[in-house]
Order: sequence, then C-alpha cells, then structure tokens
Amino acid sequence: MRSLLKKILASLSTTDYNLTDFVLNASIDIDIVMRQIRIPKQLIPPIILFAVAAVALIVARQLLVPGTFGKFGFYRATAVDEIASLKMVYAGFRACSECHDDILQTKQQGSHKGLACETCHGAAAAHAEAPDESLPTIPKGRDYCQLCHAYNPSRPTGFPQIIPETHNPGKACTTCHNSHSPQLKPEAEECSTCHGGIANQKVVSFHAALPCARCHAVPKEHLLEPRLVKAAKPTSRNLCGECHAVGADSPSDIPRIDLASHGENVVCWECHYPHFPEAK
Amino acid sequence: MTDQTPKMPRRDFLDTAVRKLPAWLLVFKLINPAELLGNSDSTDVGNSKYDPTQHDYAMGVAVHKCIGCGRCADACKTENDVPREPLYFRTWVERYITSTDGETQVDSPNGGINGFPQAQRESGILRTFFVPKLCNHCSKPPCVQVCPVGATFQSRDGVVLVDETYCVGCRYCIQACPYGARYLHPKKKIADKCTFCYHRVVKGHVPACVEVCPTQARVFGEAGQQSSPLRRFLRFNDVTVLKSWLNTKPKVYYAGADGEVR
Amino acid sequence: MIDVTRLAAELPNVTGYIYPNEYELHWGILIVVYPYLTGLVAGAFILASLERVFKVKALQPVYRLSLLTAFSFLLVAPLPLLAHLGHPERFSEMFLTPHTESAMAMFGFVYAWYLMVVLLLEIWFDYRRDIVFWAKEKGGFVKYVYRFLTFGVSDTSDAAIRFDDKIGRVITIIGIPSAFLLHGYVGFIFGSVKANPWWSSVLMPIVFLFSAIVSGIAIVLLIYMVSTMFRWKQVSMPCMNKLAELLFYAILVDFSLEALDFIQRLYESEESINILSQMISSRLFISLIISQVILGTLIPLVALAAARFGRIPDEMRRIMYLVAAVLVQVGIFSTRWNVVIGGQLFSKSLRGLTFYKLELFGLEGLLASGALIVLPFVILFILVKLFSPWDRQEVDVTSSKA
Repeated sequence: MRSLLKKILASLSTTDYNLTDFVLNASIDIDIVMRQIRIPKQLIPPIILFAVAAVALIVARQLLVPGTFGKFGFYRATAVDEIASLKMVYAGFRACSECHDDILQTKQQGSHKGLACETCHGAAAAHAEAPDESLPTIPKGRDYCQLCHAYNPSRPTGFPQIIPETHNPGKACTTCHNSHSPQLKPEAEECSTCHGGIANQKVVSFHAALPCARCHAVPKEHLLEPRLVKAAKPTSRNLCGECHAVGADSPSDIPRIDLASHGENVVCWECHYPHFPEAK
Repeated sequence: MTDQTPKMPRRDFLDTAVRKLPAWLLVFKLINPAELLGNSDSTDVGNSKYDPTQHDYAMGVAVHKCIGCGRCADACKTENDVPREPLYFRTWVERYITSTDGETQVDSPNGGINGFPQAQRESGILRTFFVPKLCNHCSKPPCVQVCPVGATFQSRDGVVLVDETYCVGCRYCIQACPYGARYLHPKKKIADKCTFCYHRVVKGHVPACVEVCPTQARVFGEAGQQSSPLRRFLRFNDVTVLKSWLNTKPKVYYAGADGEVR
Repeated sequence: MIDVTRLAAELPNVTGYIYPNEYELHWGILIVVYPYLTGLVAGAFILASLERVFKVKALQPVYRLSLLTAFSFLLVAPLPLLAHLGHPERFSEMFLTPHTESAMAMFGFVYAWYLMVVLLLEIWFDYRRDIVFWAKEKGGFVKYVYRFLTFGVSDTSDAAIRFDDKIGRVITIIGIPSAFLLHGYVGFIFGSVKANPWWSSVLMPIVFLFSAIVSGIAIVLLIYMVSTMFRWKQVSMPCMNKLAELLFYAILVDFSLEALDFIQRLYESEESINILSQMISSRLFISLIISQVILGTLIPLVALAAARFGRIPDEMRRIMYLVAAVLVQVGIFSTRWNVVIGGQLFSKSLRGLTFYKLELFGLEGLLASGALIVLPFVILFILVKLFSPWDRQEVDVTSSKA
C-alpha cells in the first residue's frame, strides 16, 4: 500500500509534468489498488453509472442554470429588471397637470381635492403619450358617482352619502354638482348632507327639534376640511342638565333626573344615545 | 514504470482528449449551449439610476377611511392586466358586518370592484366597515420559503416578486400564503400576485391602487425613511398586521382594523 | 385547464366567506394520486425489508413481488406531478436550482436517490444470478434484454452470490430510512404549511408514513392473491397469515395516530375548530366518516382480526383478507383525499367552505387519474413476465386437490 502511494506521489512531483502521463499513471495505480482490495466485478457498472449521472448533473448545472441566478439572492436577477420595465397604464396625477392644470386648480379648492383624475376618468397613460389617439372616459349619468356616494352603512360616518332612489331620481348628478369641485348647494349646508344616518334617526326621535349646533360646536372650517377640523362633542353632564335636571328651565314634559345621583360619574351618552334617546 | 504496451489504446485516448480539451472549451464558449436552449441571461443587470438597496417599500391601510368604492381593485386589474373573472385578484375589498348578537359576516362581491350591494340588514348592526386586502409583502414570506425552484423571491427593496419565466406552476406558494393573496394566472399558468406595482414605484410613482383611492385610505412609502407618508402613518396610528401569530412579519400595516379581521 | 364559466356558475355552492382567490382549488385529484402512489412504494419496500433485514421468513414468497411492485409504482409516481405543473417543461429547474428551504425541492433528489441507489440496485443485485442464467437460456428478443442487463458481469460463483447477498442487505438497510424519507417528505410538505390549520401538524409526516405502510402491505397482499389465483397456483398460507397480521398491526397503529390527532384537536378547540367541524360534517362526511374510518379502517380491522385469529377455514380466510385489503386501499385513497382536498375546502379566513368540482375528462380528470393508478399494474405485469418473482416451490391449485 505504502509503495503504491509513494509511486503516485512520485509521479505527481516530476518536474517535467505531463498531464497525460499523470492521468495514465493514476489509472494504472487505481487498477492495482482495486485488484488488491478485490472489489467485485459486479460493483463496477453501478459505480460507473453513478459517476456518469453525477458528472451529467454538474455539467447540466453549469450549462442550463441562467447566468444571473443567485446574484442577489436565490432568484434570477434579470427577473427584477423584466418586471421593472413593464409599461404603466395609469399616468399618475402629475401627468394630467401638464395640460389640464386649470381643472386641477379647480379640483384643489373643492371636496374632491383628494380624488385622482384617473379615479373617474380611467387609466390615462396612453392619453398622456398620445393625447389625440386615446381619450379617457367621462362618466355620465348617475351610476358612477353612486360607487362612492350611494348610502351604505359600512361607509365611515360623515362621508357624504345620498339615497339614490329619493335624491333627484332620474337626473344626472352633474345637473347640480360640478364633478371637479362639487360644492354643496347653499341650502344643503345642513349637517344632514354628510351625516344622513344620524339625521334620519334624530328626525323621528324626541330630540327632533334640537338643532345639531345645540350640543355640537361646529367651526366653519369643518365644512372645508371635515377630517382635520372636527365638530366638538359636549364634555359635561350639565349640558343635558340644562333641560333634564330637576330644576331646569325647560318644558314640563321633558323627563327629569337628579344629576347628582343618576348615573354615577359617567357622562350621559355612555348609556343614552342622544340622537335617538328612546332606544333601550 | 510498469510496461506501457498493453495500455497503449488508453494512452492514445487520453492523449487526444487532454490535448483537444482546450479546444472543446473554446467551442463551448463560442456557442453557448445555454443560449441555444433559450436560457440566455445577460449579466448586465439593473438600471443605473435606481438603486434598490436604498429603498424598503411598505404600505399602510387606514380602515376607518375606506369607503368600499372598489376603485383600487378595479385600477389594479387595469394596470396589471389581471384577468377580469371574479376568481383572480391582486387586491380586493372585504366588508365586515358585526351584528348586535355578536355574529360577523364578511363578503366581497367580485372583490368589491363594482361596489357593494345593500347589506341584508339595516337594523341590528353593531359595527361595519370595509377592509382592503392585498399581498402583505412579508419580511419573512412563507411563500418564498416554499418555492422549490427559486421563482418567487424578495427583492432587495422589500417587494416579493414572481419570475414569470422561471415559475413551474406547482402552486405550493399559493397554498403557503396565509392571506389568500396569490392565484394561478389562467393563461400564463404561473403563480401571480400583487407586486406593489413595482414597475411604477421604481419610476417614482405609487401603486395604482394608492393612486386612485379617493379617501387616501391606502398609504404607500418607505419603511426606512423619515420623510415618507408611511412613517407618519406608522407614528400616528395604532397599527396591526394580519395573522401576526404566524410570524410572517407582514409589511402592510392596518390602522383601525377590528379584531374580527382575518 | 380550469373551466372559468363553469367555476363561476358554481359560486352559489360556497357557504360563508372565502377569499376571492380561493374559488379555484389548486391541488386536485392528481395531487391525491401522488402520495397514494409513493405510499404504496414505501409500504411495499418496508414489507420487502422485513424479509431481507428482519428475517421474517414467512414473507419469503412475496419478497421479490414487493420489490417489483415498489418499482412499478415508483416509475409512475412522477407522472401526476408532471401533469399537474403549470409548466412541466420547466421541471428540470427542480434539479438545477433546488431551493433548499423548500421541502418540495427535495423531491428530485429523494426520488432519484431512491430509484437509483435503493430500488434499482437492490433489484439488480437480487436478480443478477437469474439474469445471467436467463441471458444464456432464454431465446428471442428477451435474450438481448437480459444480456444488456448483465452489464457485462457474468460472475455467478459462490463468492459473487455471497457478495450480492451482503450488499443487498446493506442497500435494504439504507433503503428503509430512504423509504421513510420518500414518503415522509410528502407529509412534511403538508405538515409544514403554517397557513393551513388542517395540514399544519407535527404528526403529518408520521401519519403519512404509517398509512403508507398500511397501503403497501395491503397492495402486496392483493397482488399476491390475485396473481396467484390467475396462475392457478396456491398461495402460501403462512405468508398470507403473516401479511394479514402485519396489516392488522399497521392499521391499529395508523388508526391510533389519527384518532390521537382528532381527539387532540377537539380537546384544544382552537380557533379553526368551528370551520373544520363544519367541513367534516358537510363536505367531508362521506369521504372521511364513511370511506376512511368505517370502510377503510374499522371494517378491515374487524375482518382481519376475525380471519387471522379466529377459527375459520382457509378459503373463508382468504376471502376476508381480500375484502379487507380492497377496503384498505379505498380507505387510504380516501385518507389522501381528505388531507389534500380537505385542506382546501375551507377558507383560510376560517369563515367559509368551498367545493371541489372533479372533472371527468382532461388532465386533472377522474379518467386520467384512474389511468395513472392502473398504469403501475400494467408495468408490474410486464416486469413479472420478465423477472419472475415466483417461488420455485409453488404448488399448483389442481395438484393439491389430488
């Protein structure tokens, strides 16, 4: 065994190194080694076949795996560029302002200022590229506005909603409203325009005659920026007490309670719903 | 040296093979078999102006602002050429209605694209709201973990993407997504999903759904930057993520999402 | 592939709420067939190893048959997977860029390892002496097939045979954990999906493996009995009894594991229990309660116990074994169905149930799946003709009557 190893090492360290001779020597020595260990003949075919399969897999990996695979992670790096180079279909609002800045200015003054042009007019990148060839759509009639403004209890409180069946049936929305700046009509500066749900309850309740402003202090900015400037909610029981306390100066058919003892420390509306106080 | 005479055929073979080896290598270099097999891939990658390592995209959803108009779901299908059948959605809107007897019902007719029809009940509603859903582009995405071939991955700027030409369509990622965000594209037969409109954001735009939202219920931005609308969103809102116990670390943050939201 | 208009028309069959992308069920009957086939492979091989390594002598008549059965089913196993892929032409990616974090990426290598290192080698080493013999004795075209299969090695000396035997044992010993891996990894593919509460379970690989062993023993029992009948020979009763005994114990263990999983789920009663109970009592009632539990587990248990341990004449025993084995196949196929399809029938929102529309025609249809299950038997028939596994001491049916 040691003599064999010596021979192999000796052949490796010859100064005039010849690859062919080396491989040849190695294969001769492998032969001798195998004969010494007496590897049975029947093991040769499996070993050869496995070696071929392993080499085939390694070669296939070198040839077939895409070049950029693994560059930034376990994926084909070119895929990111392929996805990044897809064409945009929506242009973005800045593209509209290049030609339609006047409409954009109008929109910024009204309650649709948060609405993108393309929300109503559809995808417009093609129009931005070639304005005459591809025109965006203009929603007409009553159907499109209803997607946002038809009454639906799941919409957040205070979002302006109407009941389509009763709100000017048959008329197109644009008859009364300018869609780029849908100012509410002056007489419609009622709280009920946006807070219809609450108004509908109050109007059939004991509190129907009470104006909203009786309890809520509404700054005039609330009409322009409803989410930023909110109407105030009352803070103390004394407000309700102005009518409902035992010695209050109010019509006698209003129910009275002893403010000091009724309802511990909590404010009245923890239990009573002021917009529909009849509810149990 | 042992006698070489019986080994001559082997020597000749080896001699030829070794001498001709460099020639074979050159041949392979000139005619790249990978190219012949349609696997050419340039090593020149990336747009020089955009550096993905400087970005980390995430999204915020303000549930209390969503009005359920469905413009986002519609714009997404238009922008990304998603099939219009009610079976494939990159983003959709759900409506939750909790009644006074404690039962919650959820629905999403055609993903909310045509809005929502009137609720079955008007009275007896305790709480009701809309929740937009989309791929959460998780920091620890289970879909990327299970892809057997490396076709879906997380890009360096935090977006989970699918390599269309590499996906084999085994659908394991679709099974592994806890949020139902993925589907199999019926024509391309590959897994598909929201990409944060990657082709828009690398050019400085926002995703289509964010673009068209009338109430700015969707907020898009950078998780790592101070001067990003997302950062303000994360500061001012108590945010939750979906199915946090699964430890997928989603990057879509919900403000005001009720406990019933799954 | 999927008929969209038909699918959309079925929407009313959804109860509750499912995510919009969940209308289409993604892993259908082809993915039910695949673990069924690999289960049979693993089970048949374990049976063979019982004889080879654990020296259960009574199983000698079915040793070679088990190996050939495992081989036939293994050859067909990748076909349902290939048929199911969206891009079967890209299947090589699993070998070229396997994602080591994914259990599914293991498939290519586990399959290749099991096919090449375990089954092919073991069969070759076991049959080698006979192949050399047949290469000399048989005539016609098959002679060249045998000559090729000797791979140039014609040594049939005693030393060579002893070496064959030794290496066969070594390969079988390696093969046992390989068989566990071949089918266990499928269980892990399901068990590791945290998004799905029906699948996500530590027990999943174990349950898969034991139901594989059950189905493997039953299929070998079936094939042995039926093929021996057709050849007008007598089955070896000790072998049949041993098979029935092993099948009985295997079903017992498998049933205990599944019952444990069921009881634990009910007891812990975590969030998903509501929708899962709803699913079992509505969508999965027939395939789980009737087909898997009653037909596939309880009835075979009783039949096998009565036939094996009771005082029953041999002819009656054989019939009861046959019926039990057939019912077991039905039961194990239902088990795979309940795991794969069941895991997709409920929504991940835990709020609704959907439906699975099994087509008749098409690549994902019932007929295609039936063909895939029949194909291994066809291959086995050819293999049995080429590499006869039958015991030389087999007794003719007619001669015993004399």
